[in-house]
Order: sequence, then C-alpha cells, then structure tokens
Amino acid sequence: MTAFIQYTLQGLSTGGFYALSALGLAVIFGVLGVVNFSHGACYMLGAVAATVLLDTLGLGFWAALPLVTLLMFVFGVLMERLLVRWLLKLDPLYNFLLTFGITLVLVDLVKRRYGVSSLPYQVPAGLEGRIDLGSLSLSRYQLFVSVFSVLVCLAVWMLLTKTRIGMIVRASTEDAERSRALGINVGRWVTPVFGFGIALAGLAGVLAAPFRAVNADMGSNFIIVLFAVVVIGGLGSILGAVVAGFLVGLVEAFGQAYADRFSQVLIFVLMALVVLIRPAGLFGKEEAA
Amino acid sequence: MSERATAQPTATERASGDVLAVESLSAWYGEARVLTDVSLAVQPGEVVTLVGRNGAGKTTLLRSIMGLHRHVEGTISWGGRELGKASPDARAKAGIGWVPDDRGIYASLSVAENLTLPPVVNKDAWTLEQVYEQFPVLHERRDFPGTKLSGGEQQMLAMARVLRMGSRLLLLDEPSEGLAPVIVQRIGEIIRQIKAQGVAVLLVEQNVKFASTVADRHYLLAQGRVVESLDNDAFQSRTTELLEYLGM
Ligand SMILES: Nc1ncnc2c1ncn2[C@@H]1O[C@H](COP(=O)(O)OP(=O)(O)OP(=O)(O)O)[C@@H](O)[C@H]1O
Ligand SMILES: [Mg+2]
Repeated sequence: MTAFIQYTLQGLSTGGFYALSALGLAVIFGVLGVVNFSHGACYMLGAVAATVLLDTLGLGFWAALPLVTLLMFVFGVLMERLLVRWLLKLDPLYNFLLTFGITLVLVDLVKRRYGVSSLPYQVPAGLEGRIDLGSLSLSRYQLFVSVFSVLVCLAVWMLLTKTRIGMIVRASTEDAERSRALGINVGRWVTPVFGFGIALAGLAGVLAAPFRAVNADMGSNFIIVLFAVVVIGGLGSILGAVVAGFLVGLVEAFGQAYADRFSQVLIFVLMALVVLIRPAGLFGKEEAA
Repeated sequence: MSERATAQPTATERASGDVLAVESLSAWYGEARVLTDVSLAVQPGEVVTLVGRNGAGKTTLLRSIMGLHRHVEGTISWGGRELGKASPDARAKAGIGWVPDDRGIYASLSVAENLTLPPVVNKDAWTLEQVYEQFPVLHERRDFPGTKLSGGEQQMLAMARVLRMGSRLLLLDEPSEGLAPVIVQRIGEIIRQIKAQGVAVLLVEQNVKFASTVADRHYLLAQGRVVESLDNDAFQSRTTELLEYLGM
C-alpha cells in the first residue's frame, strides 16, 4: 500500500509535466493547426534557463518559476511572429518541419554553450527531503509538483471555461474555420496562444529541473512521450491532454516500478489500445467520415 | 419589408438594402471546377432556395459566399459592396450568417456559450431572452454541451446562433436533412418568421417539398451551373419534370 501511494505520487508529479506541456501543445494545435515539434526543446530550454538564472544571477527556483515562464512566453511570441506565422497558410507539414528544425538548432545551441553533461539543480529550499507519515515516506518536492501542476491545470481550465477569451480559444481549438465564419477573428489570438503554449512547456521544464537530469537532450525523449499523450487524450482536446498527461505519468511510474525496462513500452501499448478502441483518443471528437 | 414573389428583383430593389448578388462565380478544388458561371441574387425578406442533387456544388457556393472557399473567380457582393478578399470573420460581422450542413455546434461549448460565442453585429439582433422564448428547449438545456442536443435541437441552435448575432443574410445548408417531419415543419415556421423580419435567406435544400413551402424563388443547380431560375408557382407546377431533369 505504501509503495502504491509512492508510485502514485511519482506518477502524478511526472504526469504534471506531461499534462502542462500537452495542454500547451493542444491549444497551439487547436488554434494554429501547428503540431509543435519544438515543444520538447522548449521544455528543455525552461529547465536550462532555470539553472542558468541560478548560476549567473543567483536567482533560485521561486524566482525562476514565474520569470522563466514569462521569458518562454516572449520566446514563443517571437517564434510565432518571426517564423511560424509565415508558414501558417501552407500545408501544416511545413510548420512541423520548421519546428523540427528549431528543435535541432535549440538543442545544438545549448550543447555548444553548456556541453552535454547534466547541469546540477537543487531542490528548492523548503521542499527538500521527505515527509514521513508512519510507514509512508513521501518526497516533499514530488508532492509539491503534483499539487502545483494540478493547480496550474485547474487555473488554465478556469481561464478556458469561465472567460470569454477562453470560450474563443475552446471554440477555435475545436474548429478554427467555423469560428471564423461566426465572426471570430481567430488570427488575433494566434500569437498569444502560441506564446501561452510555449510558456506552459517552459514552466514544466522549470518544475522538472530539480529532479530530472537537465541537459540539451532532455526534451527529445519528452516530446515522443508527449505525442503519445496527445494521441491518447485526443488531438485537439484540452481536457484529453490533461487527463492523458497524468495517466501517462502514472503508467510510467508504475511501469518503472514493476516492469522497469518496459515502462516506455507500456506507454505505447496504452496508446495502441486507445487508438484501437477509440481512434480519436479518449476525449477526441470522432470525425464523421 | 414586403414579400417578393417575382422571379427577378427590380432595379430599385437591387440598389437598396442588404442584397446578396453573386455574379459569374466559378469555383475550383485544385484542377477540378465545381461551379461554373453561377449568378444569383437574394433580396431582403426573400427566401431563395438552391436545389440540386448531391455534389452539384451547393455547399461550395455557400462556403464561397462565406469566404471559406477561396479558390474562386467572379464577384460576390453583399449590401452593395463587393466582398473580394474579405475574411470569413469580416463577412460574418457584415451580417452574413452561416448555418453549415453539419450544424457546426461546438461540443466543447455549452448551449448558452454556443449562442453567445459570435459577436452581435446588428442592433436589431435577437436578444438571448428572445432566443430562449422562441426555443424553450435551448433554455432548458443551456448548460449542456452543445452536441448533447438532438439533431433537431442542434439545428434550432445553429439557426438561433446566427439570429442572436443579428445576421441579415442566412446561408442555410440543408437544415431539414435527417430530421423528423414535425421538426422540419418547425424549421419552416422559423424561416417564415425570419423572412418577415426582412432577413434574406439562401436555403440549400434537397427536400423539394419543404423548399416549396417556404421559398419565394428557386435556382436549380446541376453540375455547378444554374440551369433554371423560377418562382415558386412555376416550381410547384413543374416539380416532377424538374426533379427528373436534375436526377433527384
Ligand atoms: N474538399 C474537397 N476537395 C475536392 N473536391 C471536393 C471537396 N469538397 C467537395 N468537392 C467536390 O465538389 C463538388 C461539389 O461539392 P459540394 O459539397 O459543394 O456539393 P453539394 O451540392 O453540397 O453536395 P451534397 O448535396 O452532397 O451536400 C462535388 O463533386 C464534390 O465531390
Ligand atoms: Mg452540401
């Protein structure tokens, strides 16, 4: 039982990274129709930025959390304005290739500047160690990450469900063309939504920094799992992204515990099962043929 | 606004009000031409149908008017102004309301949100209260996800949505399709009510019987061309012959 709770917690904390990032991927895909391959690299950039802020300016985790998120928002805005925007009218494949290219450039730039070995990052003050509850011993930081990412997902959820902007984003995520035909200037939301999606990936990166190896390659495996998350949740479904994010985190944690080397395989088995039973994903809309 | 029964609008009517005029419109998908030299007009308070079998190009025509299908030649003007390259949202804001063939209800929006998503573009638009009064079921189900409604209710929602926007031209793509007779009848009533408010309606229909109960005029479309334009009386007396000709 204690092991079960520990794995659940571990699953929820990794799931938190996946959920936050997949949420970003989902709104970007929904509103722009772009499959952002560079999402993993942006997650990596968030983590690296946190270590760099600490090294150069002495800014710790609590400062990095809002600051890096903001910086990544600006980065996303620039990326959309300077690059992605120009290809939006073409086949979506072009932007997929563009963001793939951006990934290679970002990864190599980080390698060039910071090398390939992992950059150390401490668990923030106040969240070190474990909480002991009888026989149960839980990592404080994992507990924090789980709660924090659930809260951020909830906040984003409130933003999306309770505000007019959120309503427009949901509508455009579901069907951008139809929203245009109903008088919504979807184009106006493209840049902020892209920045917002990238900011969420960056935020996940900062959260990951204290307990994942921070290096230029940390995003490459992440993006693969993230695509599995999106397929499981249903492409373009916001709720699907969040639920599948936590689900995959749990599968990964229990996989590592009970089937060590197969934990990654399990994620893709889950994906295959979901696709077999519900081709559009758990929360995806079945397309009428 | 008075009802129009004549097959062709007069010159003064053409000059005033919210008139839709399509002139020599052709449309393509890649190399394939699906509309050829289509010309038609719809006056305020007039219900005009576009009748034609599957694949005739009816939906493509509506999508071209909406600015969703861009590979076109010819001119489309609305309220005396040529739409040219205007974006779909600009067209919607200018008062063109689209009710797509799949009804276009958002699953991720509640019924109420589906209604209030589009901006109000006209001062005599229906208020939310008016919509709920006309469609009590939408009020009852206002917090349900839009797609949890039945097909007929979704159709009402799609029409109510553009009325709440205050659209002055409704593009209705097969609103009666797949619906029970009593609901089709209700849709007919709504169309007559909209018409009485001076709104122009371009109605795509394959249900010819239904079309003849609501429309003032008809255009018959075959393989992307307008092959006949006639008023409702002529249409009713020649229905069998015309349908045979269209292969419907
Ligand atoms: N996206 C597309 N790409 C290529 N061809 C298309 C596309 N959409 C429609 N077509 C073709 O264009 C022609 C006209 O289609 P359209 O949907 O406008 O017809 P329709 O009259 O609305 O038919 P229906 O009654 O079935 O709705 C058809 O031959 C169709 O196969
Ligand atoms: Mg059609």
